[in-house]
Amino acid sequence: MSEVTSASTNSSRGLRLVSRLTYYKEMALKNLFLVCAGVAVAGVFLIFAFVGIRGWPIFVEVGPWAFLAGREWNPTDGVFGILPLVYGSVVVMLGALAIGTPLAVGAAVFLSEIATPRIRGLVRPAVELLAGIPSVIYGFFGLIILRPIVANLTDGLGFGAVTAWLILAIMIVPTIATLSEDALRSIPPGIREASYAMGATTWQTIYRVLVPAAKIGIIDAVILGMGRAIGETMAVLMVVGNAPVFPETIADPIATLTTQIVMDMPYATGDHRTALFGMAIILFLVSMGLVALVRLISRFQTSMESG
Amino acid sequence: MPYSAAPLPDSGPNKIEVTGLDFYYGDFHALTDITVVIREKAVTAFIGPSGCGKSTFIRCFNRMNDLIPGARAEGLIALDGQDVYAPDVDPVDLRRRIGMIFQQPNPFPMSIYDNVAFGPRLQGVKKKVELDEVVQTSLERANLWKETKDILGRNGLALSGGQQQRLCIARVLAVEPEVMLMDEPCSAIDPTSVQKIEDLMAELKDRITIVIVTHNMQQAARVSDFTAFFLQEEAGEAAVLVEYDRTAHIFTSPTDRRTEDYITGRFG
Amino acid sequence: MINKNITNAVALTLLWIAAVSTVAILSTVILYVVLNGIGELSPKFIFTWPEGVAAEGGIWPTIVSTMYVTALAMLIVTPIAILAAVYLAEYAVQGRLVAIIRFAADTLASVPSIVMGLFGLALFVEAAGIGFSMLSAALALSFLMLPIVMRATEEAIRSVPKYIRWGSYGLGATKWQTVSRSVLPAAMPRIITGIILSTGRAVGETAVVIYTMGQAINLPLSPLDSGRPMTVHLYLLAMEGINLPAAYGTALLLMILILGFNLGARYFLHRNRKA
Repeated sequence: MSEVTSASTNSSRGLRLVSRLTYYKEMALKNLFLVCAGVAVAGVFLIFAFVGIRGWPIFVEVGPWAFLAGREWNPTDGVFGILPLVYGSVVVMLGALAIGTPLAVGAAVFLSEIATPRIRGLVRPAVELLAGIPSVIYGFFGLIILRPIVANLTDGLGFGAVTAWLILAIMIVPTIATLSEDALRSIPPGIREASYAMGATTWQTIYRVLVPAAKIGIIDAVILGMGRAIGETMAVLMVVGNAPVFPETIADPIATLTTQIVMDMPYATGDHRTALFGMAIILFLVSMGLVALVRLISRFQTSMESG
Repeated sequence: MPYSAAPLPDSGPNKIEVTGLDFYYGDFHALTDITVVIREKAVTAFIGPSGCGKSTFIRCFNRMNDLIPGARAEGLIALDGQDVYAPDVDPVDLRRRIGMIFQQPNPFPMSIYDNVAFGPRLQGVKKKVELDEVVQTSLERANLWKETKDILGRNGLALSGGQQQRLCIARVLAVEPEVMLMDEPCSAIDPTSVQKIEDLMAELKDRITIVIVTHNMQQAARVSDFTAFFLQEEAGEAAVLVEYDRTAHIFTSPTDRRTEDYITGRFG
Repeated sequence: MINKNITNAVALTLLWIAAVSTVAILSTVILYVVLNGIGELSPKFIFTWPEGVAAEGGIWPTIVSTMYVTALAMLIVTPIAILAAVYLAEYAVQGRLVAIIRFAADTLASVPSIVMGLFGLALFVEAAGIGFSMLSAALALSFLMLPIVMRATEEAIRSVPKYIRWGSYGLGATKWQTVSRSVLPAAMPRIITGIILSTGRAVGETAVVIYTMGQAINLPLSPLDSGRPMTVHLYLLAMEGINLPAAYGTALLLMILILGFNLGARYFLHRNRKA
């Protein structure tokens, strides 16, 4: 395609050449856009650099093993072992996934396979609005409503993993449900027809054909929900009890990496503050690792289908 | 004037009998007063211009139209004398007896083996030996065994378009249907594969009843024993069955003027 | 045969239950906040300053802080995100560079907000010397919003039909003329929807702003002023438990703002689709 401008004064015969001015202007714009796109990359580097610089010394001073696998978190005595916090994060995340995934995938299958357009028009926005509600409101709801219920059921205070599971499960539903639904809806309609024409019931079509076909998309959705659960801060903070110890039961107070950062940040100085940034590095690497995992899985799927 | 069921010249057993069928999509009247019989172990072709309701019609046979909200059929469709729209008939079971092949080859995104084993597994066959046997027989009957016997574990989508269509045929054959509906099965695949599928139909009709919808008149002339011509005379009007007879008769001396116009290429 | 149909019925019922419970949960959370907060809403609550230990009286400064920081973040992020999306959708050739940019955007989108908060604290508040301020918080928030607006814009641009571009090129327009005069205007409704949704996200954010804006009650005037956003106010009220009615009122206002943004975006998109 030739880009013609009025800057050229050639005779009316023959094609004008692209003027230098136009060329430079288009190139300059293109590079400006590239720089803007580069802001995202710069952002990741800046986060890594600035959180990294603040947090790195803890790995050197305490030692990576003592930091990551230390069983005691007691900053006032200078003991920085984050294993109880990692344990808390993992327990809270797994429980939330166990409750939230069936609900979310069920809702996704409902939306894409069962709901009539009208019902879908009601349920899908509801799922999306769930994603819009701020985590501090979930936390508030959990604190005031769920905590007393859990306290009654478990004979405790209600601060602990169970309450966090319930709240987080609700919070990861939109992530998993919308992405799973997208995966299900991207299956060509002919596949469904074929299955029904083979005499499969709706349920057989769903679990023998559609869910296997959308498997990768659903796994991706669960991984991203996992990231959301590990990274969630405020809602967990308000219901988990914030005790950086290994709990005896699932109803005892615990703490997670994210909640401990918020609890300690206001007063932490010196090594303690460094340790909090060290925890942020770990959170950052985990979330980046999960994104990379999703990428790898999709690439694996692409190579499977062409092979 | 809709065609009324005149007796066909040779009287084999009827597999499907349709009497006075009307079909609606919501308020739209798609088919009106269709009466036709489908002969057992023969190939019956439905021809007509696009949008004339041929596909809608065969989708009544296995009640695939049930899946479309607002669609409803009135009249009688009988398979071996039994009303398929009777309230106690399970459409799921009906679809096991009446298999269907679609315009766009639609293998499931799973291995070739799993595609063919799909139907038997739905019916509860679990033993590997039995499944292996069904898979092999069905692929053989679909003339696909030689090409796929070493790659049964490969994804069905990795096959060529024509092979995919034969895989779909094998998948249907695996449940031993009595009737196979084919909705323009050759319009999305290459000419060489079309030849293979037409040959396959000739082999299969010894054992099953085939109904094919096609907009390709040469194909109808080549593969079918009986031909029905459908027409929607005005846009927005319900389609009618204009003429139904032995294929040889329809293509050499059609009774109805509109049929003649269509097969000689004057419209459609 | 009966077995199969029973399985089918049971499974479909379970799926219905999943969907109904999702809607029920949403309604419960919303209803709960509305019923408890509605009595608290009054002009006095909205437009006056807090009293006592910041738990009595109104919440006006926190509303202003939230709106201020959200608007500022939107101003920062919108041009960058749109131009970045233009690059990805119109200029970039698929390759390593694009893969890196996308990976970075996905990573930004999944960074836990507390990490983003510590990052804002380390870079903007401390290293850059901006201090606890609207600007620091807005900069940190804009990293959070960037991938959302970028993705919405890119999808919007890609959904513009090819023939609109051909028409423009056919008239001798340059690439930039085509993009700026034909493609972006056509994509604008969906871009604006993306921006509104991302601002909803910024309004509800707590962990990012708590360490970049500060927590002191203050009515911000310049971007360098500090303040306390509504989310942090709600958190402090809830955890201290001094004045729960005020917490309900704040939660309700926060929810009205966010649902307003969400429903507004939906309405806007819907209206433009019809037009």
